[in-house]
Amino acid sequence: MNTTGSPIAQLSSVVKRYGNHTAVDGLDLMLHRGEIFALLGPNGAGKSTTISMLLGLARPDAGRVELFGEDPQQLVARRRIGVMLQSAALPPTLRVGELLRLTASYYPAPRDERETAELAGVADLLKRPYAALSGGQQRRVQFALALCGRPELLFLDEPTVGMDLEARQKLWVALRHLVAEGTGVVLTTHYLEEAEALAHRVCVMARGRVLSEGSVDDLRARVALKRVRCITRLRAAEVAAWPEVAEARDEGERLWLSTDRAESVVRRLLDADAQLGELEVQRAGLAEAFTELTRAAEAPTEATREAA
Amino acid sequence: MNAVSSAVMSAASASREMSLRRVLGAYLQEARAECLRYLRNPGFMIPTLILPTAFYLMFGILIGHANGPDAPRYLLAAYGTFGVMSPGLFGFGVALSMERDNGLLTLKRALPMPPGAYLLGKVVMSIFAAAVVSCILVLLATLVAHVQLSPAQMAGLFATNLFGALPFCAMGLMLGMLIKGTGGPGIVNLIYLPMAFMSGLWFPLSLMPKAVQDIALLLPPYHLNQVALTVVGLGHDAVWPHVAALAAFSAVFLAIAARRLRRHG
Repeated sequence: MNTTGSPIAQLSSVVKRYGNHTAVDGLDLMLHRGEIFALLGPNGAGKSTTISMLLGLARPDAGRVELFGEDPQQLVARRRIGVMLQSAALPPTLRVGELLRLTASYYPAPRDERETAELAGVADLLKRPYAALSGGQQRRVQFALALCGRPELLFLDEPTVGMDLEARQKLWVALRHLVAEGTGVVLTTHYLEEAEALAHRVCVMARGRVLSEGSVDDLRARVALKRVRCITRLRAAEVAAWPEVAEARDEGERLWLSTDRAESVVRRLLDADAQLGELEVQRAGLAEAFTELTRAAEAPTEATREAA
Repeated sequence: MNAVSSAVMSAASASREMSLRRVLGAYLQEARAECLRYLRNPGFMIPTLILPTAFYLMFGILIGHANGPDAPRYLLAAYGTFGVMSPGLFGFGVALSMERDNGLLTLKRALPMPPGAYLLGKVVMSIFAAAVVSCILVLLATLVAHVQLSPAQMAGLFATNLFGALPFCAMGLMLGMLIKGTGGPGIVNLIYLPMAFMSGLWFPLSLMPKAVQDIALLLPPYHLNQVALTVVGLGHDAVWPHVAALAAFSAVFLAIAARRLRRHG
C-alpha cells in the first residue's frame, strides 16, 4: 500500500450549502491509491454531499474539489472512476450482460466482460434480465458496473446493504483484490464492522465537519472507554453512582457498564459482590468510538442553540 | 527515476484518452440499450404500437368504408401522427421523470457517459419506434385497406412520421424536466389523449365546435397531421406553415427544458 504519493482526489476547505443549511462546512480530505477510505457519520453528516461533489454531481460553494487534478465535472477525470450508488434503479428489462457492455462502453480501456463478471460474482447472471434478480444479486450487478471500467478510484455507497453474509464476504474479497492492484476506494457504510474489517483510513463526519480521521486503531484509541459485563446482584442504579463509571444499565440478569478505569471498577465490583460471575472486559470497538465521537459533536451544538 | 515515473504516467494517460471510435461506440451502445429496453417493455409498447394499430384496424379498416372512401387514407395520416406522439411523450417524458427520481440519471451523470448520449439514445429510440409504427400502418393501409399510395407518398409519409416524432421528444423532454417521479405516466396520459382528440386525430376538426378548431392551432399534433394529410394527398394547405409551427413548438419546449435544467440540474 502506497499512500505517500500525491492524492488522486482531494477536497480543500470545501463548503456546500443548501438554502440555510450548511451540509459541508470547511472540509479537507485526501484520497490515495491502493487505500480503502471509509467515510462514516450519522445521517445528515454531509457524507452524501461530499461524495456528490467528488462525483461532479454538485459544485462546492467555496473551496476546491479535485479528481485526478481536474474538475470532477470533466469527463476525462470521471473516466478514471467507478461508481456504485446506494439507490439506482437500473433498466429492469435489460439483461446483466447488456448493462455491463453499456457501462463498459463509457470507458477507454475497460475490463473484459468475463473478468468483470468473475470479480463481482455475476458470471452466472449475465443472461438474466435485471428485474428478475434478487436484491442481493442486483447489488452485485451494480458492483460489477462500478468496476467494469478498470477504475483507479472506486466510489461505493453502502455497497453491502441487502447482501447476505456470503455475498458480503465475496465483495470484501473482490475489494481487497482491487486495492492490491492499486485501486483507491471510497466507502460509505452503516456497518461499522465493515469499515473495521476493510478500511485503511476512517473519517468520521458530523454536521459537515471531520471529527476524526485516521486508522481504525487510531480512532478506537481516541475512546478510552471499556465495556464491562457480568452477572451480579448489584443493580445499575447503584453502580452508576460510582465516580469511575461512565454509564451503567441492567440487561436482564446482567449488569452492563462502560468506564475509562476498568481495573479499579472490576476490583470494586468483586469486593462488593463475591458471587459475581461471567465477568467480561472489552475494549470499545469502532461502534463505541463512533457513538462517543458523534455524541460529543452533537452536545455542544445543542448548548449553543439553547444559548442563542 | 523521475523520467521513468513520468514516462509511466504519460503512458497511463495516453491509454485513458478515449478514441473517437470508442466514444461513438458509447453513443451506439446507449441508443441500442434504450431501444432494447423499450422493445421489451409492454407498458411502452402497448400505447406506442398496439393502440394506433388497433385503432387503425378498427376505425380505418373494419368500419372505415362506412365513413366514406377516403377514410382509410385519412386515418392513415391521423393514426400515424397519433402513433409517433407516444414514443417521445412516454419514452422521453415519462422515462425522464422516473429516472430523475429513481437514481438512474444520477448514476449516469456520475459515470463517464459522453454528454448527450442519454438524450440522443432516447431520440434514436423514439425515431425507431416511430419508424416501426409507421411501417405497420402503411402495410395495413396498402395491403389490407387497399389504399393506393405512390412510392413518393409512401416515402413522404415515412419521413413526416420520423421527423414528426421530434417535436414530441422535445415536449417529452420538457415534461420530464417539469414532472418528477411516479406521477409522470398519469400526467402525460392526461395531456396525450386530450391533445390527440383536440387536434382532430380521431374526428375531423370540421365536425367540431369552432372553439376546438381554434385551440387545435396551438397543438403540435394538429400541425403534424396537416402535413401528413397533404403528403397522402388529402391536404389543401401549404405544408411549410405547419412545419414552421412544429419547429417553433420544439424550440419553445427545448428552451423551457434547458432553463429548468440550468436551475435545478
